[in-house]
This record gives sequence, structure tokens and C-alpha cells, in this order.
Amino acid sequence: MSHKIITLARVIKICGVLILLFIAMAIASVLIGPAKIGIIPGLKGFFFGWQEGYAALTPSEKTIIFSIRLPRVIFAGLVGASLSCAGVIFQALLRNPLADPFILGISGGSAVGAIIGIMLGLGSVPFGIPGLAFLGAVLTVILVFLIGKSSKELNSTTMLLAGVIVNAFFSAVIMFLISISSNADLHNIAFWLMGNLSMVNWTTIAFEGILLLFGFAIIYSYARPLNLIVIGEETAMQLGVNVERTKIVLFLVGSLITGLAVAFSGIIGFVGLVIPHIMRMLFGPDHRLLLPASLLFGASFLIATDTIARTLIPHSELPVGVITALLGAPYFIYLLRRRSA
Amino acid sequence: MAIVKTESVGFSYESNRVLKDISFETREGEFLGIIGPNGSGKTTLLKIIDGIFAAQEGSVAINGTDIKKIKRHDVAKIIAVVPQDSPVTFSFTVQEVVLMGRAPHLGRLRFEEQSDFEIVRKAMTMTDILPFAARSINELSGGERQRVLIARALAQQPQVILLDESTAFLDIKHQIAFFDLMKNLNKTEKLTVITVTHDINLASFFCDRVMLLNNGIIHSIGTPDEVITAPNIKEVYETDVLVDCNPQNGLPRVTIGIHS
Repeated sequence: MSHKIITLARVIKICGVLILLFIAMAIASVLIGPAKIGIIPGLKGFFFGWQEGYAALTPSEKTIIFSIRLPRVIFAGLVGASLSCAGVIFQALLRNPLADPFILGISGGSAVGAIIGIMLGLGSVPFGIPGLAFLGAVLTVILVFLIGKSSKELNSTTMLLAGVIVNAFFSAVIMFLISISSNADLHNIAFWLMGNLSMVNWTTIAFEGILLLFGFAIIYSYARPLNLIVIGEETAMQLGVNVERTKIVLFLVGSLITGLAVAFSGIIGFVGLVIPHIMRMLFGPDHRLLLPASLLFGASFLIATDTIARTLIPHSELPVGVITALLGAPYFIYLLRRRSA
Repeated sequence: MAIVKTESVGFSYESNRVLKDISFETREGEFLGIIGPNGSGKTTLLKIIDGIFAAQEGSVAINGTDIKKIKRHDVAKIIAVVPQDSPVTFSFTVQEVVLMGRAPHLGRLRFEEQSDFEIVRKAMTMTDILPFAARSINELSGGERQRVLIARALAQQPQVILLDESTAFLDIKHQIAFFDLMKNLNKTEKLTVITVTHDINLASFFCDRVMLLNNGIIHSIGTPDEVITAPNIKEVYETDVLVDCNPQNGLPRVTIGIHS
């Protein structure tokens, strides 16, 4: 499948459309939920309801919109954006279309941290479970880095293998912890492992938002070197890329934004694998477009799937990871089939 | 001034010594051939000239400056490489791959301008790949893909081009067309060409000077007449050949299959 050549105008045009999609998705998601809020009063309330004395919405409707749904929607957007963007980076650096943000063991490491947090009863401590999950992610990344760095330069294949092995090891630790945990903890552990966007507040959002912004600025400044590294590390060097520095910076920033997303939301699978592929099939492999497109579409995708997760079964909530896989996999297969046809 | 100059360069892969005491220089606008048996260190030498590998002993200077002191993207503005073949995981189009040759001039962020597209178009015309500019690189045959890599190197607008068996997968027509193109740029634009090749006759025909490598040391270096001789070939390749004089141009001509 051929695609148009990338120009700045094309990047702006496509990203503009994706931003509109994101805004539409966010507003729709805020208005959808068990408590019915009409579209017109809801929309009005969404734009003006923050003002003191605005009376078209009841106080409880205001609470639902601004304290419950809006933070969750924004948070879903941030997590979806982080995971998709990290997926693009890992697929490019490892030159492996099967790579996702969790391939270097971040999922296993953070899960062990979170489960220990849950078993220690840190659920009520602010940043207790996310803190331990993030610590687990960071330690894992450092470990995989040290293994990959064992020769003089950072070896992608070694890192990939190290990530797989570390994840396998942590799976065993997770199984062990699960088998000795109480029934009450089991439910929480299962929910964390399948991803959950309900544990959120504005502080978390501000923190994640600012870091993602900075992280993405760094990542985007390496968009062209990423294009060249995809062709091959030696070719990239021949074309003037400082490959070693690019790899270290991007592995670290990619791991950081993944670790942060996972710490507060658990392991939401599939987004980081499938969104980069969908964007690549639609817009081509140039990272100057692929990175922002994945960021924006990943955000919209996770908002949509989380809306389904929290409304599909009345008075109950499904783990969002279930929905991402149920929706993402068939669509991905459809795109693959269409492309090969 | 020598555009590429090496001084007593040595290199080992772990305990395996690949190059030893390599000293030579290439002046601007020279066409230099590097020949030698498998494992004689030809490709390693090219990588050291380009700074992909750092020489463990000795030094390499580009335009008189130690290559270790030149930034990676500045090296890429001077030296371009046409590798043997490079598989591409994701499906860039032919034009996108050739545009990558502009990367050292554009840096990390700038988008391509009209002048870049013109340079790329010219490079694709010279290598006869313009008709499939919009196709995915993964759909091409090995020979076609090789011409894309050649076009990418030309789009770099280098002063020196390093060829590593670059025409091994090309048919005779494109092989000769490519070397004619190199010779032409070499004459008109003073492009310095350093080519590693197994085709001794090709080296004899196109190169100003030939370097014969054997077990990581320079066995001999000089004009084709001086280097391509039956005793030299016998000594280095351990093969009997007939070397006579090409009646058209007076250059040495190697014929294999001679059993004495």
C-alpha cells in the first residue's frame, strides 16, 4: 500500500482531524453513563457549568460531570496516548512489529509492585499502590538496560530477550503472590492486572499530563532518527544519526511514560500494540506523522473503550483491557486482510 | 590534500585480528578499488573509513580532520555508503527511502524542501528508479532495491562514496550503468569513489588505483597494471589465473579456469 509523502501541512491537517475526533469522543464520553444527562443541558453544562450559580444542572449532575466523568475521560486519554506513543517507539527501536510498551518487562515489574502494595493494604495510602507499581517498573527497566548494555553498546536483541525472560520470571512471582493472597485481595489484583481507569484524581492527571507533554516533546525531536533506525542501525549511522544516544534517550523516555501510565491504571493491553499498526496502515511509517497520530488516536481509542467498559453492564464495571482486546483484535485483523487483498 | 587518510590502522573483533597497519591515502576525485579474498578485511576497512567502527590502533582523517572529532551528521555529509543489501521492516516507499539521504543535511527536525525533492528526483532518474518511486520498497526485487540504496547515497551529495559489493546483485546492464555513472560523477563532480569488489576485471577497468588486501594487511597498492598480475593473484587468492592485456584499452584482464 502506498501513501502520500509527508509534509508539515499534511501532519497538521491529519493531526487537526484527530484532535477534533478526540474532543468529540471526550465530550460524548462525559455525557454517557448510568446517570442520564440530556445532550443539550449536558453540553451547555459542560461548557458553562463550572461557573458559580449555574443552575441548569443539579449539584449532583455537576459532581458527576466534573468530579467523576471528566477526570476519568481525560485520564483515559492520557493513558491511551502514552501507551500508543510508547508502542511506536518500541516497535521502531527493536525493529519488531510485535513489540509493545510492555515488551521490556515493565508490565511484570509494575504488577509485582502493585500486588505487593495491594497485599500490604496500601490501597488507602495516597500513591501507595501506584508508587510501588512505578518503582517496580523502574527497577525492571534498569535491570533490562544493564543486561542489554553488557557489551559495549546497547544491543536491541539482547534487550528484547532480557525483557521476555524478565516478564516470564515476574509472571511466576505474580502467580506465587496470587496463590498466597486472600480472597479480598484477589479481586483487586485481578482488576489491576486487567487495567482499570477508575482510580484517578486531578493531581494524578496534572502530573501525568505534564510529564507526557515533556516526554512527547523529546520523543518528537527524534522522529527523523527513528525513521532511519527502522531501516537499520548501521544505515542510520551512515546517514548521520547518533544511534547510541537516540536509543538510550528513547528507551528511557518510552519506559518512563509507560511506567507512569501503568502505575495508575494497571496493565491495559493491546492499545500499545495495535494503535501504532493501525496508524501505520492508514498514514504510512514516517514517524513525523506516526508519532502524533498514534498519540491522538490512542487517546480517543481508550476513551471510547473505557466508556464501553463502564456502561456495558449496568451497575457494574468491566476491566477496560477486556474491551480494548475485544474491539482492537478484530479491527486489526480486518485491516490486515484488507491490506493483503 | 588527501580526502581520506589512514595511518597504521589496526582492528580486531575480540581476539581475531582483522586489520593491521593499514596506511594509505586517497586524493579528491580518485577512483580506488579494494580487492582481496573473503575475510581479508575489506568491509571492515570501509566501516572504519566511515567511522562506523573506531580504529583500535592508528587514526583516520577526513579532509585532514580526525574522524573521531567530526560529528556523526557531518561525516554523513561527506561520506555516503552503498551497502550490499538492507532489509526494511516497515514499508517505506522508494521515494521516502531516497529522501532519507537528505537526513544529514536536514538534521533532526526540518521537513524536506523543494530543493530536496529535486535532488532526490535527480538521483532517482540517474539510477533508473523513477517509474516506481511511489511503490513500497518491500515489493521490489533485490536488484531494484539495490538501485534505491544507490540513489539514497547520491541524494546525500557526498564528496566520497563507499561501495561495498554494491553491484553484486545487479544484472550486467545495471552493473555497467552504475559504474559508468560513478565514473561520470568521478570525472565531472570530482566525486571520490572507494569500491570493495570481488570483480577484478571491473576494478581493472574503472579504478585509477587498486588496493590488494590479504589477511588484513595491504599486499600491494598501485595502478591496475602494477597490482593485478598473475603472481599477485596467485599469492593472495591461491588461484591460477591468466592475466593478459585487454586489446581495447591496454588494461590487465583476468581469465579464470587456467590449470597449469
